[in-house]
Amino acid sequence: MGGAPSAGPPKTAICIPVITKENYPLYIRSTPMENELRFQYMVHTSLDMVDEKISSMGKALVNQRELYLGLLYPTEDYKVLPHNYTTISKVKFVMVVNPSNTALRDNEIHRMFWKLHNSYIDVMCNPFCNPRTISSPGTDNMVMSMMIQVC
Amino acid sequence: MDASEEPLPPVIYTMENKPIVTCAGDQNLFTSVYPTLSQQLPREPMEWRRSYGRAPKMIHLESNFVQFKEELLPKEGNKALLTFPFLHIYWTECCDTEVYKATVKDDLTKWQNVLKAHSSVDWLIVIVENDAKKKNKTNILPRTSIVDKIRNDFCNKQSDRCVVLSDPLKDSSRTQESWNAFLTKLRTLLLMSFTKNLGKFEDDMRTLREKRTEPGWSFCEYFMVQEELAFVFEMLQQFEDALVQYDELDALFSQYVVNFGAGDGANWLTFFCQPVKSWNGLILRKPIDMEKRESIQRREATLLDLRSYLFSRQCTLLLFLQRPWEVAQRALELLHNCVQELKLLEVSVPPGALDCWVFLSCLEVLQRIEGCCDRAQIDSNIAHTVGLWSYATEKLKSLGYLCGLVSEKGPNSEDLNRTVDLLAGLGAERPETANTAQSPYKKLKEALSSVEAFEKHYLDLSHATIEMYTSIGRIRSAKFVGKDLAEFYMRKKAPQKAEIYLQGALKNYLAEGWALPITHTRKQLAECQKHLGQIENYLQTSSLLASDHHLTEEERKHFCQEILDFASQPSDNPGHKIVLPMQSFAQLRDLHFDPSNAVVHVGGVLCIEITMYSQMPVPVHVEQIVVNVHFSIEKNSYRKTAEWLTKHKTSNGIVNFPPETAPFPVSQNSLPALELYEMFERSPSDNSLNTTGIICRNVHMLLRRQESSSSLEMPSGVALEEGAHVLRCSPVTLEPGANQITFRTQAKEPGTYTLRQLCASVGSVWFVLPHIYPIVQYDVYSQEPQLHVEPLADSLLAGIPQKVKFTVTTGHYTIKNGDSLQLSNAEAMLILCQAESRAMVYSNTREQSSDAALRIQSSDKVTSISLPVAPAYHVIEFELEVLSLPSAPALGGESDMLGMAESHRKHKDKQKTGHCMVTTDHKVSIDCPWSIYSTVIALTFSVPFRTTHALLSSGTRKYVQVCVQNLSELDFQLSDSYLVDTSDSTGLQLVPLNTQSQQPIYSKQSVFFVWELKWTEEPPPSLHCRFSVGFSPASEEQLSISLKPYTYEFKVENFFTLYNVKAEIFPPSGMEYCRTGSLCSLEVLITRLSDLLEVDKDEALTESDEHFSTKLMYEVVDNSSNWAVCGKSCGVISMPVAARATHRVHMEVMPLFAGYLPLPDVRLFKYLPHHSAHSSQLDADSWIENDSLSVDKHGDDQPDSSSLKSRGSVHSACSSEHKGLPMPRLQALPAGQVFNSSSGTQVLVIPSQDDHVLEVSVT
Repeated sequence: MGGAPSAGPPKTAICIPVITKENYPLYIRSTPMENELRFQYMVHTSLDMVDEKISSMGKALVNQRELYLGLLYPTEDYKVLPHNYTTISKVKFVMVVNPSNTALRDNEIHRMFWKLHNSYIDVMCNPFCNPRTISSPGTDNMVMSMMIQVC
Repeated sequence: MDASEEPLPPVIYTMENKPIVTCAGDQNLFTSVYPTLSQQLPREPMEWRRSYGRAPKMIHLESNFVQFKEELLPKEGNKALLTFPFLHIYWTECCDTEVYKATVKDDLTKWQNVLKAHSSVDWLIVIVENDAKKKNKTNILPRTSIVDKIRNDFCNKQSDRCVVLSDPLKDSSRTQESWNAFLTKLRTLLLMSFTKNLGKFEDDMRTLREKRTEPGWSFCEYFMVQEELAFVFEMLQQFEDALVQYDELDALFSQYVVNFGAGDGANWLTFFCQPVKSWNGLILRKPIDMEKRESIQRREATLLDLRSYLFSRQCTLLLFLQRPWEVAQRALELLHNCVQELKLLEVSVPPGALDCWVFLSCLEVLQRIEGCCDRAQIDSNIAHTVGLWSYATEKLKSLGYLCGLVSEKGPNSEDLNRTVDLLAGLGAERPETANTAQSPYKKLKEALSSVEAFEKHYLDLSHATIEMYTSIGRIRSAKFVGKDLAEFYMRKKAPQKAEIYLQGALKNYLAEGWALPITHTRKQLAECQKHLGQIENYLQTSSLLASDHHLTEEERKHFCQEILDFASQPSDNPGHKIVLPMQSFAQLRDLHFDPSNAVVHVGGVLCIEITMYSQMPVPVHVEQIVVNVHFSIEKNSYRKTAEWLTKHKTSNGIVNFPPETAPFPVSQNSLPALELYEMFERSPSDNSLNTTGIICRNVHMLLRRQESSSSLEMPSGVALEEGAHVLRCSPVTLEPGANQITFRTQAKEPGTYTLRQLCASVGSVWFVLPHIYPIVQYDVYSQEPQLHVEPLADSLLAGIPQKVKFTVTTGHYTIKNGDSLQLSNAEAMLILCQAESRAMVYSNTREQSSDAALRIQSSDKVTSISLPVAPAYHVIEFELEVLSLPSAPALGGESDMLGMAESHRKHKDKQKTGHCMVTTDHKVSIDCPWSIYSTVIALTFSVPFRTTHALLSSGTRKYVQVCVQNLSELDFQLSDSYLVDTSDSTGLQLVPLNTQSQQPIYSKQSVFFVWELKWTEEPPPSLHCRFSVGFSPASEEQLSISLKPYTYEFKVENFFTLYNVKAEIFPPSGMEYCRTGSLCSLEVLITRLSDLLEVDKDEALTESDEHFSTKLMYEVVDNSSNWAVCGKSCGVISMPVAARATHRVHMEVMPLFAGYLPLPDVRLFKYLPHHSAHSSQLDADSWIENDSLSVDKHGDDQPDSSSLKSRGSVHSACSSEHKGLPMPRLQALPAGQVFNSSSGTQVLVIPSQDDHVLEVSVT
């Protein structure tokens, strides 16, 4: 696995997918774009862990309203931080972060997921939205800002 | 704790260190006590209360008792904790004051001084008492005195530092108690010492840690200090606390690395940034890797050394804590972390070195865990270990690629050099694994030794990993490893083995719609299929890739060209077709019919225009595009009729096809939305609603098997249908994007044509859309010529001109010049010819094409209507006026003759049907030019009027009343009413009393006509009359023809008045008025008005001396219960048949109410003797019917509420002859023969004087 991501300022997140209940990618943005294929493979594989975690948590998850599943699928190069939303829609938010970016604390990640979630809700509140994709400039901007924000 | 020495499996290391306790004083004494002491001390736990709010713990204490030496006491600044004596005990047996003063005291003082010099305050003096010794020496002081002395001398304020142990070697309860007290004391003091000394140590350690920002601070030094603490906790078997120490060290180091990465470097960290020279992996089989520890101590350790050592310690402690799965999890984190840290610190690492290190480490951890768990445990915790397996597989793979072990030709010299370098970095195998056959070291060495060995190891690992992932349901991970394996096989030129993994992975990605992995895997699969020579599969994958927007334009063109190249190859087998699904090649977007309702008649032309959206990146020349059409003959199809056409005119003929989601097939759970439609099924005959409901149009999509969505990749699923009916269009060049293609066909056979498949052929490659959905059909119909005749209004009225619409549907027949309809005239129905009637000609789709004048020729038998010229499949419409001649209704049958007894029963039936018009049917036979058979049309006309008549009398004067009731919705004008006697009796005259000759009759209303009947001779017993009245619609302007009048015939019988009945009521004599409750007299006067007439000649007539008389029965009935008849209410009289013969009957009645009361009814009956021939037939019947008392009286006449008395009298009159004898019969006189001159008169009745209550009855 090549591609040392050490060059340039560390970025907060490098790939942010939103995945439906059926594990269909509703939305994916990543940076740099060249690595998108790798990110998709990685995020897709990480869904195994997400599924496992959700099923092991079962009902408790719903009751606790704790949406953050934590670091689920670390790899050598990236950390995949799936954040699972377990309301009726069971939409999963995932964030791939650069491991070298250790300044990123859990509460910051919480906050980012919270923003992402709200943005998702905004998009879904639009009666004209297509529930199979998210195409909203607002979300795009928000996601991009999370990805290039320098810590 | 026992120390189980190394030999194989559970290598549980136990710390041999125990807290040190020194013993001074009497060594022999201690030696004798030691066995019991060392055995008893750990037996009971003690609660350890701890500083800094840490939770108290129960702890089993052990100690290492050593002889006291001054050297044992730590010097100032020595931080070693393991060798730290936590407690000093002085043992003495002395019980003699003298001895004490002589030796023991001095010895104790010396001991204490040494301790004080080292500021050690943790000490204890034990005085052992022995009864045996006491007995020997009689002059011994009491024991307490020695103890007191010692306490006094040494423990000035700490009296608890001196303990007495009594008879330690005896087995008595006193001994036991003494031991317990001693042990408790010992434990307490030990714990106090731990708390104090560890607390101090921790404080020192923290101080040291706080200095970490100062220059010259050394992590290694600090590491050793904190590890000392960990050792002590481990010694005390507080593994949790020990682990915390290592975790803190771990976190501290990680933070430094991170800070270093962020530019905040610490000097000491540069030590760890030495180039990696050794990569021999983790060593977890020894409790402490002294070699690495020393290197840390010497500050020579590399980052990997430090990490390895730290993890080996953590691992040891976790295994003590029975948490092997946490070891696996932490190991993976560690390995990732180390790789990242080396990158971050920019440590130079030879290529492949880290891969070796990670590979060895993974296997080491796995083997270590396997070593302390049984198979079942391991199997149920695969989830924890599989990550390491996967990581090891990945690393071995990259080593294989690096060392040229995966290439076809094997490693080259460069690769071999690299391999040698890598193996050199491993060093020699460590002694502890040297004897293990499967050690990670041996495995790696072997795997790198040859291409075959590598393949074996790599496949073993990969298969094991896939199997593990699959077994715990991590399918995605399994597929991902499988894809790596496929890549390996492709490199090894074994595409047949790679295919299954690629297909598996692709299916997985397709199911969840991950676009980029789909594209990528598909590209790999295409290569694989190309190598395998699976032409169809390869072409199909290529077509999918050519339409894939995630590829670059060049790549798409490449795959498109692959298809075109193949298609243009001259095929060995000319008929051979490669059938591929069309989906990826082009998509059917919409379809448009012309004519838009998709229905054409035989011979008509139908156009179908489709929009195909080409997915190819370049224009593709398609030889032909074919639509396979399924033909079915539908019998009795409503769709094919002309009515259907006109009713479905609104559909615009455009069918839209839902855009397919390929290459994102619907994932398993997100099914397409329900397509629900309302459905109405109407009767073909009258268009009434038969059934209604909701249907789901895409049931087949919703209910199909889930797997089928991924079978898109399987070309075998597409079958090319060969049908007789095809629509063809060729040649076509499909540009990228939307293309319009038009098919044109001439309809031949009638039936329904369903578009089934769409095929596009490019050379020998056929792209097939196997099912066109939603279902698209067009219909071809052939129609028999038809004639419909129907009234324009709801119903036709007889007697006036009515419009009737003729509709000729030409169907396949062409109306030629001279064709005409021949109507054979019905007698009572006229067809009115109007000069200017016109016929309209429409096409079947209701577009008006022409109109023409209609020529109608009538002879007495036949009316001929010549039809305008019209082509096939057209409709001709025209209207004609017809007139139904009113026919005379049946004689009198329908009439309502007042006073005629026979008609009473009918009256009721009439009322039921009172508002229904009488109808007459007229059948017309029509000869049509297209058929040799006549068409018979039935037209129903309704008579708008209902007529009734009545005979009215006034004394002997007679009147006939005729009532005409208009039942229709129209208003009419009546005129010229006539009533004539059809029998033409002489001397009979009908004098009209009607004043107006013209009279309107409104809808639902009646008009009455009256004639007086006058005669000069003896009137006939019956009279036949005919009533006629002219009528015309009131609103209508002048009609072209004169209408026939409406007639009504009836018969009046026995209309001549024979008897006059007059009744009178008189008040009792002397009274002016009748009073309630008092008897009044009723006089009934029956007068014969004529001499013997024909009508009198019946059985009742008797003749004596040329005087005729007849028997009559009278009856007084009061229906309203106003009167009580006293005495007989009926009687039989013999009435002379002569004019002015009078019979007077007198009876008494009593008024029951006051007021103007109508007189009671007096009824007359003919009294027929029983011996008459006529009645004898009825004897039996009448006998039976007598019981009901209504014998021979018509039910209507029976007084329901007649008074008891009158009822009784009838009964008695009849009952006298009841038994055995036939009854005489009563026959009511026809109403016309009796005239009641007192009907309608009333008598004033006043209330009796003492009657103060006035009853008012309101009915």
